[in-house]
Amino acid sequence: MIRLASLALLLALWQGAALLSDPRRLPGPGPVFETILAEAQLGALFSNLLATLARVAAAFLLAMSLGSAIGYAMGRNRVLDRLFDPWLVALLNLPALVVIVLAYVWAGLTEAAAIGAVALNKLPNAVVVAREGARALDRDLDDMARVFRFSGATRLRHLVLPQMAPYLAAATRSGLSLVWKIVLVVELLGRPNGVGFEINMAFQLFDIRLLLAYAVPFVALMLGAETFLVQPLERHVSRWRRGAARHRDRG
Amino acid sequence: MNDTSRAGGAARLDIAIAAKDYPAASGGSRRALENLRLTLAKGEAGALVGPSGCGKTTLLRIVAGLDEDFVGRVSLPEHGRLGMVFQEPCLLPWRSVADNLCIAAPNASQEEIAALLAELDLSEHAEHFPGELSLGLARRAALARALAVKPDLLLMDEPLVSLDPALAKELREKIAALIDEKRVTTLIVTHDLREAIALADEIFLLSPRPARVVTALRVTTPRRSLTTGAADALEAQAREALAAARANDQ
Repeated sequence: MIRLASLALLLALWQGAALLSDPRRLPGPGPVFETILAEAQLGALFSNLLATLARVAAAFLLAMSLGSAIGYAMGRNRVLDRLFDPWLVALLNLPALVVIVLAYVWAGLTEAAAIGAVALNKLPNAVVVAREGARALDRDLDDMARVFRFSGATRLRHLVLPQMAPYLAAATRSGLSLVWKIVLVVELLGRPNGVGFEINMAFQLFDIRLLLAYAVPFVALMLGAETFLVQPLERHVSRWRRGAARHRDRG
Repeated sequence: MNDTSRAGGAARLDIAIAAKDYPAASGGSRRALENLRLTLAKGEAGALVGPSGCGKTTLLRIVAGLDEDFVGRVSLPEHGRLGMVFQEPCLLPWRSVADNLCIAAPNASQEEIAALLAELDLSEHAEHFPGELSLGLARRAALARALAVKPDLLLMDEPLVSLDPALAKELREKIAALIDEKRVTTLIVTHDLREAIALADEIFLLSPRPARVVTALRVTTPRRSLTTGAADALEAQAREALAAARANDQ
């Protein structure tokens, strides 16, 4: 409920600001939603949203899986950590734009270059968070797993992932928003479709309505993903904590 | 450095540790164990008793294969399958009690798990998370898990510590009954002589650090029919042996 009220307040603020300014500079929610409908009827809205969403998903999955694996290895192995920490710091501080331009120059204006460049921007962040998670793994549980001879798969599923889950959830939160912002830059610089491409078009024409008509649905989409995917998943994996809390309340 | 036949092969547990050193904070090293020898016949329960800090837990970790940096040899009973009850129960907090057993013992059937839970009065807690259990219940769950793997050697690190006396007595009787029933070779670490007398067939008295076996005491009366008088006599015998060892050292 509070979430809905908060969204309504945001819309009201937007409407208020639009009333006070030139409609070409800041169109209100009404005209923007009309443009969204028009673009949707043309089919352009969905194809562009879908193209961007696919890139976000691919880059995000690539960065998270690779980043978690590297972060886990660095968190568990001191030599690896020492060896690759400078690389990590370098990558963290490399501007997104540099990575994107280099990827396009070296690999051409291709889909692989675009997704690879976005993933590489998210990767160091995923590594840092996963490394923290791996460093915090419980040693006593590790000993237990050794004595009971847990298989590799069992260890990963029942020991490592549940402990890393809060860290991976945090990386997912910050990751999704970071990735989608960078995907727009990649699309603006070298892709023939997607939300970023359309926003570039809108910029060329100074068409703020078109710009918002693409930005708002995508933000709404990400908000939906957060509310209906990330949060329920997080609640599901942390339900054992609530059980323990309930017990303490009773006791 | 060491020659540990983890796979076992021998019918009994055979431990011969020449030395185990720890790096000391001040540099150099501190000796935790020295010339420690003990054997335990198949199906018997042994108790390691010694003053706190004497290296009992270190020895248990070596037997469990968690510490491989020692000079000597450990051979486990056949197959060398281990079940261990840690001092902290060490259950997976994000899995239910029943799942904790299934995960540790993937070969055990659902019926076996349920039977084991029933035997330890845990049936109503099968679907609870470990965080919802009291320490006494969590210890019982850890014991159930250790038994679920059908171990060739059961290791227990202070299984009764920090329980209130009534709970400790209840769990002690449960453990004694299970040892008799399952005939699993068991090694128990404890600082409490009475607890050792109540649970073990053979008691290994350890010296202060560096620990070695001062003497091994045989408990001839069966666990179930142990009288207070017999326990008192054994306790006196043990204290005498420890005092003699201390006098010898000086």
